[in-house]
Amino acid sequence: MTLSFNPSENYNKTRKQAGYVERSEATQDDYDRIGFMSGLEVHQQLKTKEKLFCHCPAGIYQKPDVYDAEVIRHMRPTLSELGEYDGTALMEFKTRKNIVYRLKNETTCTYEVDDTPPFPVNREALQIAIEISLLSKLNIVGEVHITRKQYLDGSIPTGFQRTAIIGVEGMLNLPKKNIRLIQLSLEEDSCREVSDIGHTRIYRTDRLGMPLIETVTYPDMVNPDEVKETCDYIRFLNRSTGKVRTGIGAGRQDVNVSCKGGTRVEIKGVAHTRWIPELTHIECFRQWSLLLLRDELVSRGLKAGSWKISHSRLDYHDFKFQYAPLKEANANQYIIVAVNLPNFKGALSHFTQPGKMFGNEISERLKVIACLELPNMIHSEEFEQPLSEKDTDAIRSILKAKEEDAQIIFWGPAEDVKTALETIEERCLMAMSGIPPETRKSFEDGTTIFERVLPGADRMYPDTDSAPIPLEDSYIEELSKTVPQEVIERYHILKSWGAPQDTYTYIFKKDLFPLIERIVKELQYDPVFVTTLFGHKLKYAEGQIKPVAEFNYKIIYALLKFLKDQKLTPELAWRMLPVVYEHPKIDFPSILESIKFKRITPDDILAKVPYLRKKFAEIKKSDEPSNEKEWIMGQLRYLAIGNISLIELYKLIQ
Amino acid sequence: MSDDIFQGYKGDALNLLKRFNVRVWGQAEVHTTRGVFTGTILPRSENDDDKHIVMKIVTGYNVGVDVMTVTGMKETGYKKANYKIPEKEFPYTQGLPKVKLIGTGGTIASRLDYRTGAVIPAFSPGELYGAVPELAEICNLTTEKVFAVFSENMAPDNYKKLAIAIGKEIENGVEGIVIGHGTDTLHHTAAALTYMVQNSPVPIVLVGSQRSSDRPSSDAALNLMHACTAAGHGDIAEVMVCMFGPTSDEYGFLHRGTRVRKMHSSYRSTFRTIGDTPLATVTRKGVVPIKTEYNHRRKDKKVTILPYFEEKVAIIYYYPNMQPDIIDSLVENGYKGIVIAGTGLGHVNKPLYPAIERAHAAGVHMYMTVQTLWGYVHMFVYDTGRDLMAKGIIPAANMLPEAAYIKLGWALGQTNDPEEVKKLMLTPINDEITDREPYNGYLVYQGGVKEVEDFLKKVRK
Repeated sequence: MTLSFNPSENYNKTRKQAGYVERSEATQDDYDRIGFMSGLEVHQQLKTKEKLFCHCPAGIYQKPDVYDAEVIRHMRPTLSELGEYDGTALMEFKTRKNIVYRLKNETTCTYEVDDTPPFPVNREALQIAIEISLLSKLNIVGEVHITRKQYLDGSIPTGFQRTAIIGVEGMLNLPKKNIRLIQLSLEEDSCREVSDIGHTRIYRTDRLGMPLIETVTYPDMVNPDEVKETCDYIRFLNRSTGKVRTGIGAGRQDVNVSCKGGTRVEIKGVAHTRWIPELTHIECFRQWSLLLLRDELVSRGLKAGSWKISHSRLDYHDFKFQYAPLKEANANQYIIVAVNLPNFKGALSHFTQPGKMFGNEISERLKVIACLELPNMIHSEEFEQPLSEKDTDAIRSILKAKEEDAQIIFWGPAEDVKTALETIEERCLMAMSGIPPETRKSFEDGTTIFERVLPGADRMYPDTDSAPIPLEDSYIEELSKTVPQEVIERYHILKSWGAPQDTYTYIFKKDLFPLIERIVKELQYDPVFVTTLFGHKLKYAEGQIKPVAEFNYKIIYALLKFLKDQKLTPELAWRMLPVVYEHPKIDFPSILESIKFKRITPDDILAKVPYLRKKFAEIKKSDEPSNEKEWIMGQLRYLAIGNISLIELYKLIQ
Repeated sequence: MSDDIFQGYKGDALNLLKRFNVRVWGQAEVHTTRGVFTGTILPRSENDDDKHIVMKIVTGYNVGVDVMTVTGMKETGYKKANYKIPEKEFPYTQGLPKVKLIGTGGTIASRLDYRTGAVIPAFSPGELYGAVPELAEICNLTTEKVFAVFSENMAPDNYKKLAIAIGKEIENGVEGIVIGHGTDTLHHTAAALTYMVQNSPVPIVLVGSQRSSDRPSSDAALNLMHACTAAGHGDIAEVMVCMFGPTSDEYGFLHRGTRVRKMHSSYRSTFRTIGDTPLATVTRKGVVPIKTEYNHRRKDKKVTILPYFEEKVAIIYYYPNMQPDIIDSLVENGYKGIVIAGTGLGHVNKPLYPAIERAHAAGVHMYMTVQTLWGYVHMFVYDTGRDLMAKGIIPAANMLPEAAYIKLGWALGQTNDPEEVKKLMLTPINDEITDREPYNGYLVYQGGVKEVEDFLKKVRK
């Protein structure tokens, strides 16, 4: 390693070249410059009693280590309907994983483990999917065809997901922009991963087979915030039917991102929409940066066909390694291999994401494809070199490395070395042609890591176990009569009411609009009061209090009706709400007692005013007249709530 | 082949395609009252209705379009799918055993058949090597398709053809034979070959798959590897069925051809040895015998082929209220042998007696087996049994009903003499009747019991 090259400087230099800016500073111009483009695949579990293709209960979950039996399987790639092998399939086959499924009798039958053919599709789920398709203005298919979509990661024991298109070519009318939809499909959910270590991946099968819809948009979003907004909208639309599941994992999205000249990369399983902006921002710049790396490698004359890595197995005892993972590798009797990457100097420390460089892309692939647990490698462009200069020089000389080369040292079980070498070479070759299509796993800080090779349309195959299901016009017409109002219409109603903007998300997320509308119409409450009661007061209570029994939002209707019937003023709901939320089963009169509410006539309240005026005169610090009024209001407020409207009281204190 | 461009379409759907001049495999834009659909027109399964057109849209999914909603169609391109399992020449490796794979139409390797919407098998060594390259590390494989029928369509003629083909292969010096076969009647064929191919010097392994090989989780590849290992390297020179031991991808069982039965309509581990332990387990590392006594592999080529079968044999599964005319009609229709699967120890009800007497008088050979599958026929315990024997029904010990049925057909193919037939029937060729039932020959555990649940949790069943 020559002193003239400083990896850290190189990293910063390449970061600057890419024009990377923090998201908080990024403008639409930045995104236009790099050609930000993004689309969504939004998954939403449906609220059905049973799973999609069998009669197991849906929505019951197990702890990872609680199971009745285990089944072990391996996945082999098969041809698609059009006679092609899928890229992901071949990658997964290379990894040679033992897939272990943990079954619990309560939630898993022989269908889930692929020992019984599918039962006819769950009609309840099909109907919900059609309703949501209608809401999404999709063209509903004439006949539903169950298709098998290959997944060789083992997340589904059959090796494929049974999925069916319900509608194509739809449209969402967001407040600021229309977003086009490619399709909506009904599919079975996959297993939940327990662990993935070395050659063993463990799954539990409780979630497997639950009905799910996937809404796929066109890549119409041109900045990170738009992606989040669209995603929220789709989730609100789904929830507006009241027929979908909520809670952790009930809604998940895959976010597709590319930059100008880049490739569609899919960020998988993003659990929260609030993560989306940072993830898409970073991914777009990662691609932009990789394109710059490609240009650099191409300008060096590197290309597939002529560029090859060379390697040499290292004998641990020939060196004085102090780096702990290498010592551990030796203790595990792993093979240690040094690899020379000709003419690659500067590439490994090339910026990719905040805190990550191209070297990480290789390391992540070694973990996934060659099953080498992290840390699995070091390279010549680490910011802090873990090897002594002497060892480094010795390794370079073994590899006959030239000044302009870069080196990787990796370690792992003997049987994985071949795949590891192929993986390293493959990823480097890909860098010369651009950005490999991948699915990537997301982290809360907005960075991503390699997960799988992105599968294509080649993994589709008709399900020979299921017959097509015709959807007649009369059935569709019947359903279109019952679909709820569109979210965008509700949005406009909230706006016309003057409901505070910051209550919208909460109201749509919890699908509270129909209830609020009922309260406004039937009980004649002021919409602003009602929306804030939910969007501020109740939201706050939810964050602070844990209810002792199940809280149903309909209780709020009953509460407001109670107040109305009792001729108590609406503001009393503010005081009652926290108690009602915590103890949903206690009747309202008891709650009034518990908060020590006293009925008192407006006249009796007003009778206290002269005394308070006198009192204020004694303690006042300025002569501002409004101060007196505010102070008296403050003194009477508690007493007044429920008995007289505060606004009225304010007027009366003159 | 003008019809082929509208493959599978009929009636209204066919008329529509013709009217707009759109072919199967044509890329088309279809305008409907439900919106526009764009994609490739796919063939339609013959048994599906004529009200829909199937399309593959650009995302790879298939959708059906209701013919009634179509307002216009336009073909914009044409691209026929070339469905082919990649064929690679099966490599020859010095020192590996010569194994012959005989194809009968099972789903070892398969592809989609648009006619039925189901899968059809692929078979050549090249195709198999393309699909299961590991085979080349096990043996030098050659293949021959003797015929192609679905398992449920296997018939006596097929048994005979197979037996003769096996004899020929043994003469030619193969070191093991694998027979790819559908699973539904795999055990019938296994029994037939046990009787028809006697004293084989090499393993004869029947194999199938419960999940077709067009699915990633298929058991076909592993079963085939196990079968080739057993055929090429195993020491057990008998007719065997090789299928999954547990439902997990772990090991296979080798079952004796006469004691094996398909016991679940869809499980991978559907084949079980009844009334005994399986012969052996098999993994890619080799065969591990469970039973200590078996026919060992030999160097010679001496094998006896006895390809006989009388087709007029029936099996009847007794049920309460069975009417005597069932038996009478068999006799009237010229049946020569009847195997009864009786209740309990081997019983049928009294109203059948006259019919049984008539059948006996007509020279029909009747054998009793048990529908409990496990256990022996024992006709001395109750009067009913004694009565039946007096009326000419011969107890067939612990032969499985299917094994007895096949054997009766095979015996009657050789002789009609009651004593001769009886001798053939009751002299076991390979454990179709055993002298004893070991305590671990009947294991049908029931779930929910603590010790069973503990076992299931520890062992991948």
